[in-house]
Amino acid sequence: MSDPASPRSDTFGPDLAEVFGPSQSDGGPDLVQLLTPEGERVHHPEFDHDFSAEELRGLYRDMVLTRRIDVEATALQRHGELGIWAQLLGQEAAQIGAGRALRPQDYVFPTYREHGVAYCKGVDPLRLLGLFRGVDQGGWDPNENNFGLYTIVIGAQTLHATGYAMGMQRDGVVGTGDPERDAAVIAHFGDGASSQGDVNEAFIFAASYNAPVVFFCQNNQWAISEPIERQTRIPLYQRALGFGFPGIRVDGNDVLATYAVTKAALQRAREGNGPSFVEAYTYRMGAHTTTDDPTRYRLNDELEHWKLKDPIERLKVYLRRNGLVDQEFFDSLDAEAKELGHHLREGCKALPDPKPLDQFGYVFSEMTEEIAAQRDGFAAYLESFEESHA
Amino acid sequence: MSTATTQKITLAKGLNMGLRKAMEDDDKVLLMGEDVGKLGGVFRITDGLQKDFGEDRVIDSPLAESGIVGTAVGMALRGYRPVVEIQFDGFVYPAYDQIVCQVAKYTYRSQGKVKMPIVIRIPFGGGIGAVEHHSESPEAQFAHTPGLKVVACSNPVDGYWMIQQAIAHDDPVIFLEPKRQYHADKAELDESATPEPLFTSRVVRPGTDATVLAYGPTVKTALKCAEAAESEGRSLEVIDLRTLSPLDMAPVYESVRRTGRCVVTHEAHVNLGMGAELAARVTEQCFYSLEAPVLRVGAFDTPYPPSRIEEEYLPDLDRVLDAVDRSFSY
Repeated sequence: MSDPASPRSDTFGPDLAEVFGPSQSDGGPDLVQLLTPEGERVHHPEFDHDFSAEELRGLYRDMVLTRRIDVEATALQRHGELGIWAQLLGQEAAQIGAGRALRPQDYVFPTYREHGVAYCKGVDPLRLLGLFRGVDQGGWDPNENNFGLYTIVIGAQTLHATGYAMGMQRDGVVGTGDPERDAAVIAHFGDGASSQGDVNEAFIFAASYNAPVVFFCQNNQWAISEPIERQTRIPLYQRALGFGFPGIRVDGNDVLATYAVTKAALQRAREGNGPSFVEAYTYRMGAHTTTDDPTRYRLNDELEHWKLKDPIERLKVYLRRNGLVDQEFFDSLDAEAKELGHHLREGCKALPDPKPLDQFGYVFSEMTEEIAAQRDGFAAYLESFEESHA
Repeated sequence: MSTATTQKITLAKGLNMGLRKAMEDDDKVLLMGEDVGKLGGVFRITDGLQKDFGEDRVIDSPLAESGIVGTAVGMALRGYRPVVEIQFDGFVYPAYDQIVCQVAKYTYRSQGKVKMPIVIRIPFGGGIGAVEHHSESPEAQFAHTPGLKVVACSNPVDGYWMIQQAIAHDDPVIFLEPKRQYHADKAELDESATPEPLFTSRVVRPGTDATVLAYGPTVKTALKCAEAAESEGRSLEVIDLRTLSPLDMAPVYESVRRTGRCVVTHEAHVNLGMGAELAARVTEQCFYSLEAPVLRVGAFDTPYPPSRIEEEYLPDLDRVLDAVDRSFSY
């Protein structure tokens, strides 16, 4: 009897057990990497980029500040200031690499974990907290920074991204050859979402219409307690071929590789060459959200293994080894991170609660008579208490 | 009367003309759906539109309802006004999540920063002898969802005007088309007329003894019922609700206060259907005018049956008349 939970050997087609063999734990032979976990710069024949010292320091700074946002928000949740927080610990390189590859005219469709991408798009990190504190459902204007609202339903936003990209095609901002004008969309989602119908439908629509969208999957190995093996029998990036566009697996803990690969994918889309799929192979070092307990479903060894691949540490090693930073850089960054933490802590507590009557606003673009009547009735009811206390 | 602007049309033609007019008036209007292009839709409602407006505006889509609605959300976010066709009522369920969680919630979620001007056209209702999933009446599920507006046309003239009004509206509209009526009756359309506002109900036959509420396919049934009742000496007032969310209740209350009796008929299941909501509201507002409880005539609380017996399932003339009789027995 075969164990239904383990990869099968099939008489038809390749031996799937090989696909999930030990070689995959490091991302497999197709993993694009520019910086090893040991901080060694390596080169890739197809995806490379000549990073300036300033760019490298910038990427490092971005990752440190993104981690600070995550750590502060997690602490705020522990102190009861947030109802819940979706942690990104360990995914800083995947998000900063993707986020920094974007041009201002590109549009982002995030899940609820894209805090680093939001930061890259210029969204005040404080604005991200409202949803998790329960004072709003997205406190930023999506069209101000071209950063969409967080989407809780897994994978739903990949279709919105595809439709938005189809709109860009119709607006003539794809494939014009003008780099200031040409635009693309990036849709973020996780490995769990790859099982959703919507994501697969988004792939089909994007391929069918050659839409300028980059599907950016952060494969962090776990969909709450469900391992990647429960989502797929083949490496995710290989799925793209079946939909008719290229898929590529990049080391999601390597900010340089993530940046280079995403930049190429976005450029391909902007030039009118259609969708592509980027699988950022990474690891969720924290919990799914602050309500989750990963110790119930995964081994500590696994976490220890991935800690050695920490995206921030490897760039730090590289910067130091090559004399690209001095102590003043770290001191200054430390001060900046502290200031950011202060901004989040104080700002979070100062976020105003919505007023009871606010719940009636914006169900529609204009208030309907029916809802206005309910609002007025509730207002009168509330006022009756005030009078009785008077 | 000017003959230049009037013509006799079917509901299918009215909708087709309305869609064409909306596309001419606003180049942000796009049609999306399965078979809406070359074929002109399985009911030919979009006939000829792709030929005249091109494949970028009349978009034949992959066979994926969630994909159609989900990409329409993205199109709307980019500033377009997508009109999507769900081929048949029973096929809307694969798109249900996108409709109730995304289309309906975007404006609320964004605190009004984002509008969602999407029209979801659903040919609905039975009586066409189809196989299962082709004859359903899912309106209550959408009317129960805050953030969606739900309307149902019942005749060619309303079809022409209401589809244009729905497209011009800034909120998402579930647009129900009684498919049994598409090619049934013709009516005179005066394109130069001023239409009534979209979210209003209308008295389509005045009467004094009882009020019959209907929408979509049952409006015709209710009107036949009123004719038959007249020969028995009873005067029924028939109201075509036209809008199911929001409901336009003022004409209903006015009518029931006058007649003292109210019968609601729809093709959907009775349990928790539109009739339940209408009965509750009428009872609450017209309690002291009522001579009898508000009665409901709908489909049974069973799945849609095989089409050979669908006439025994759908509310028909006799069942509505029977309810009127029962109302008078109190």
